Amino acid sequence: MNKVNYALVMICFISYTSVLSQNKGLAIAKQADAADRGFHSSSVDILMILTNKNGQKSTRKLHNKTLELQDDGDKSLIVFLSPKDVKGTATLTFTHKQKADDQWLYLPAIKRIKRISSSNKSGPFMGSEFAYEDLSSQEVEKYTYKFKSEKEGFLVVEQYPKDTKSGYTKRKVTYNKNKGYRIEKIEFFDRKNALLKTLTYTNYKQYLHKYWRASDLEMVNHQNDKKTTLHFSNYTFQLNVSDSDFSQNALKRFGQ
Amino acid sequence: MTRLATYTVRKQIYILFFFGYILPNYAQNRPAVHDFQVALEAEYRHFFETGKFPNQEQQFPSFAIKPSYSLGWNHQKNILKFEGFYRYDIDKKRTHYDIREFYYQKVIQNFEVNIGVKQLFWGVTESNHLVDIINQTDQVERFDGEQKLGQPMLQFSYTTHNLGTFDIFYLPYFRKRRYLGEKSRLRFSTVIDDELIGFESKTKEWHQDFAVRWSYSFSMIDLGISHFYGTGREPVLYFNSNGTITGLYPIINQTGLDLQLTHNAWLWKLETIYRTSKFQDMFALTAGLEYTFNNIANSGLDIGLLGEYLYDNRGKLALSTLQNDAFLATRIAFNDTHSTQLLLGGIVDIESYAKIFSLEASRRLGNNFKIALEGRVFTAISDKDFILKNIENDSFLRLSLFTYF
Repeated sequence: MNKVNYALVMICFISYTSVLSQNKGLAIAKQADAADRGFHSSSVDILMILTNKNGQKSTRKLHNKTLELQDDGDKSLIVFLSPKDVKGTATLTFTHKQKADDQWLYLPAIKRIKRISSSNKSGPFMGSEFAYEDLSSQEVEKYTYKFKSEKEGFLVVEQYPKDTKSGYTKRKVTYNKNKGYRIEKIEFFDRKNALLKTLTYTNYKQYLHKYWRASDLEMVNHQNDKKTTLHFSNYTFQLNVSDSDFSQNALKRFGQ
Repeated sequence: MTRLATYTVRKQIYILFFFGYILPNYAQNRPAVHDFQVALEAEYRHFFETGKFPNQEQQFPSFAIKPSYSLGWNHQKNILKFEGFYRYDIDKKRTHYDIREFYYQKVIQNFEVNIGVKQLFWGVTESNHLVDIINQTDQVERFDGEQKLGQPMLQFSYTTHNLGTFDIFYLPYFRKRRYLGEKSRLRFSTVIDDELIGFESKTKEWHQDFAVRWSYSFSMIDLGISHFYGTGREPVLYFNSNGTITGLYPIINQTGLDLQLTHNAWLWKLETIYRTSKFQDMFALTAGLEYTFNNIANSGLDIGLLGEYLYDNRGKLALSTLQNDAFLATRIAFNDTHSTQLLLGGIVDIESYAKIFSLEASRRLGNNFKIALEGRVFTAISDKDFILKNIENDSFLRLSLFTYF
């Protein structure tokens, strides 16, 4: 009987600590989300450099515009400026906290807007080491959490994607508590729970005395030895934009 | 073409006057954003068999240039855009130029005004574009009809908060289809003289056309309802007993509906039109679906399967020949650094079993080049299929190399 009691106590204790670590993990994610709220809108130029395992490089230039929404996920526009054969190709995404995102693609050669499926989460974005899900707006509701450790203000939280189409079993995220809960590093684990990629955030700058944005993101794939870096420049916040600047008409204008 | 050329020049002068009036006000502290790009294309079309009709060529080397320029100012709320096109081909009828776009756009909050020559696209299906009526087809350019001519227009567009977008078009000038010539492939036995295709309207190209469209996107739904009144983009052709082909562009009323439902990896698509005119009433429909298997075995590979059914109640008289057909295709995207993609498919006539197989592939080479391949194979064309019968020997391969400056 004693053994059974002991086991029950242990189970209670373990589930109690696991609830605690879930709550703490969620709380940290919410803190990070709250710290970034209120930016209203932003625009940024992005230089993407793809490096294959032989060290050969290819580059893409993109421009991004984001509108923050209070009750739902962000709205965002991305346009390709290079390579030149895809110049003007643009996407409009309405991120949602609960349901699937809405996404439209503008093809400038035939002036056509196509509504596309957003169910491709794990596929590579333009041949890079970033999957679509790595680049979409990070909503708190899309994961469950487990707090792992705290050391000198660095908080490590494991995040488990709720979406079964995700390419990951978990992401191990390092937050910097002293710098507005900004993310310093993410480790991605594949469906077999093996370490797949590491994303590091460097050259952080603070904008409007509040919002931390890394100038450089480096994604290293440990399984294929390829690497993709993103360099962000010309960040602008609180643009003179509204909902109508994130419509399908706006997508066509953005693409031209 | 002379009439069109005169017209185009005159229109350009009007537009220049218009810009002369507005340009001085544009500075407003923000620098204007310029962008200029030129795309060059070297193309080679090879037809596998000799032509069915005398003087038809088998090899068509060709060259095209597409300059584009845009100027945006005042936070891109004002845009001036130009896109030209010129193709030189050993086939004289395929040698042509066009002003694809030359317009001014002004955005005031939810309101957008466009004036000038513009291109736009309506619709959702892949095998056929029924609803898309504003721009005339550049028929000598591509077999699939996806390339369009620039259309002079005045367009007002209003995007509401939650009732979708309303568009009104005033289209003051009509552009004829250009038909292929004696040396050309993919034509009727008789060469169509563009001048012999007349108009129902006494005002000819200057019949004043109008169109309206309401488009609405909500959750998984993308819906468009449109109406067009004016000169039909597709002529009514008469195959005379003396062998000549004459015809006219009728005044039509056309109502169109396009609908797409997007659910997970499924796309459900429908396009349908109802057209009335003094000469011919018609109903046509294209309906189908697309399903994509994403990132197969973590290779990055996407394989999409597409199926569409095409119906046209004009039956054998439908110039598109898509009167009761099925379209099946697969779209393969490698998602590699070269953006390699492939569309392989075919259209089958459900009654005659005539088949058109098609291949479209493209891949980027380095940063500034792209290679594209198109193939069409016509097989099992029945003797009763009097339109397709003309092109049964015209299976071809087209190779294009693009470069950009």
